Amino acid sequence: MRKGILPGFGLGLGYVCAYLGLMVLLPLAALVWKAYGIGAHDLLQLLSSPRTFAALRLSFAGAFASALVNVVAGLLVGWVLVRYRFPGRRVLDAAVDLPFALPTAVAGIALTALYAPNGWIGQFLKPLGVQIAYTPLGVLVAMTFVGFPFVVRTLQPVLESLDHGVEEAAHTLGATRAQTFRRVILPTLTPALLTGFALALARAVGEYGSVIFIAGNIPMRSEIAPLLIVEKLEQFNYAGAAAMAVVMLGFSLVLLLFLSLLQRRSARWQEASA
Amino acid sequence: MKGVALLLSVCMLALSQFAQGASVTLLNVSYDPTRELYKDVNQAFAADWKAKHGGDITIQMSHGGSGKQARSVLDGLPADVVTLALAYDIDALADRGLLAQNWQSRLPDNSSPYTSTIVFLVRKGNPKHIRDWSDLIKPGVQVITPNPKTSGGARWAFLAAWGYALKQPNGNEAAAKEFVRKLFKNVPVLDTGAREATNTFVQRGIGDVLLSWENEALLAQRTLGKDAVEIVIPSRSILAEPPVAVVDKTAAAHHTQAIATAYLQFLYTEQGQEIAAKHYYRPRSAKAMQKYAAQFPKINTFSIGDTFGDWRQVQKKFFSDGGIFDQVSPGS
Repeated sequence: MRKGILPGFGLGLGYVCAYLGLMVLLPLAALVWKAYGIGAHDLLQLLSSPRTFAALRLSFAGAFASALVNVVAGLLVGWVLVRYRFPGRRVLDAAVDLPFALPTAVAGIALTALYAPNGWIGQFLKPLGVQIAYTPLGVLVAMTFVGFPFVVRTLQPVLESLDHGVEEAAHTLGATRAQTFRRVILPTLTPALLTGFALALARAVGEYGSVIFIAGNIPMRSEIAPLLIVEKLEQFNYAGAAAMAVVMLGFSLVLLLFLSLLQRRSARWQEASA
Repeated sequence: MKGVALLLSVCMLALSQFAQGASVTLLNVSYDPTRELYKDVNQAFAADWKAKHGGDITIQMSHGGSGKQARSVLDGLPADVVTLALAYDIDALADRGLLAQNWQSRLPDNSSPYTSTIVFLVRKGNPKHIRDWSDLIKPGVQVITPNPKTSGGARWAFLAAWGYALKQPNGNEAAAKEFVRKLFKNVPVLDTGAREATNTFVQRGIGDVLLSWENEALLAQRTLGKDAVEIVIPSRSILAEPPVAVVDKTAAAHHTQAIATAYLQFLYTEQGQEIAAKHYYRPRSAKAMQKYAAQFPKINTFSIGDTFGDWRQVQKKFFSDGGIFDQVSPGS
């Protein structure tokens, strides 16, 4: 451990541990403790049920796909907001945060109203044989909506600090625009993109309020894992609900650890190549 | 000097409040579609109490899905009375010692001052010619009902369908199971609550028929107009008995047992019964029923008691994990 120049490390660490412990670890510990009440037999049944598997798959695959969409869309939006000056830019910039401010249930109802077969957008998709609301696609739409601001907001500061000189240098050295983007700009952005991806993913995995309205909630098809937890709670099955939550938590933890490892790799690689 | 005068007048004011009789607050924790009903009941009861005993009563309400509401009370929401969608949710409170196990026999009519049933809401003109339960399992008919695991109303609807199939000529458990399996094949959306399902059907235009509480169906018809939706009464349905009870432990702590009991008994008075009927709940009183006969067509009903035993057995057999609903829902 390397001590910094500034004093107060002990106090700082103590504060961090106390705060994280109280706000994050204590509720999680209570969760694990509750889950302990479930018998081995019930746990095995829960884990081996095809319905649990389908719900987990939808939640995680949906979250993964929505985070991917957000990375691409967020990169474009962030880029335009940082690189160009145009009237209304500040308004657009503020609008990026709206998915955070909106109560999720409101977002879910609004999205359902838009994408239902009789909705503004849904009515044009219906003749094409595409239905979004009440299908897994609807789940994806809601998850993409709630996760959108993360990528833009993690990317913006990095984009702002990007040195134009580097791009110009690449240009004078004969790199094409595509090469400059791929070999100069993208590597610098990768750690921020990964962070944004991880945040959007984590948010989407746990999302309940907005997804529930648009999903259709049919077992094996459009039922998300958090709904299974709520179903167990409705039967006063606290242990089962907590066990299911711990399973989700475990998956998420592994995913987030993997992503942070990847991010560190990419940062180190960038340092080495710079 | 001025300060003392002010203090004195404040004290006088406080005393005069006491002199008029103490003001009491009750918390009634209820389920979703009773908002309008209890708004009226509370006003009438407060006026009635004031006239008979003096003193002001404020009744606070909390509404939500029946199961969720029961859980909030379990987790410490200080309800003096609960008025929920089905007995199992109050049984859960009794199991954890919040009220006596025999709570359902403490008030008349299984502690259900009003009843309801499950009816069909169909689109104007009934384009799919839905007349009875057997029409719901035809291919190409889309049925909207909430998820029985998360909605009390949906549990009543599930049992209504089951009971219909069971009571057909040659009906038996296997046939009933096959019937509900086919029925749930026709369900494209399983919302978590009754109001959401109504919205899916009415606002989003999904489905051909909505399985609904009779009171919700009548309310929807009144707000939307008769041109938008029609109500179809099936040949047979279930007698849904939403129960009420005083939460002994909380009421004892608040010293509100007497008032809480009076509040629930008020629901059984002619006045209370009429308010229930006005809000589309079927009253127990013959007089109130007669007055509102036009809105409650005759319907052949069966109860939990005569067909299924009690709610604990029903919950275990049908809606617990691995129960009949799980067995007949898609993909299992």
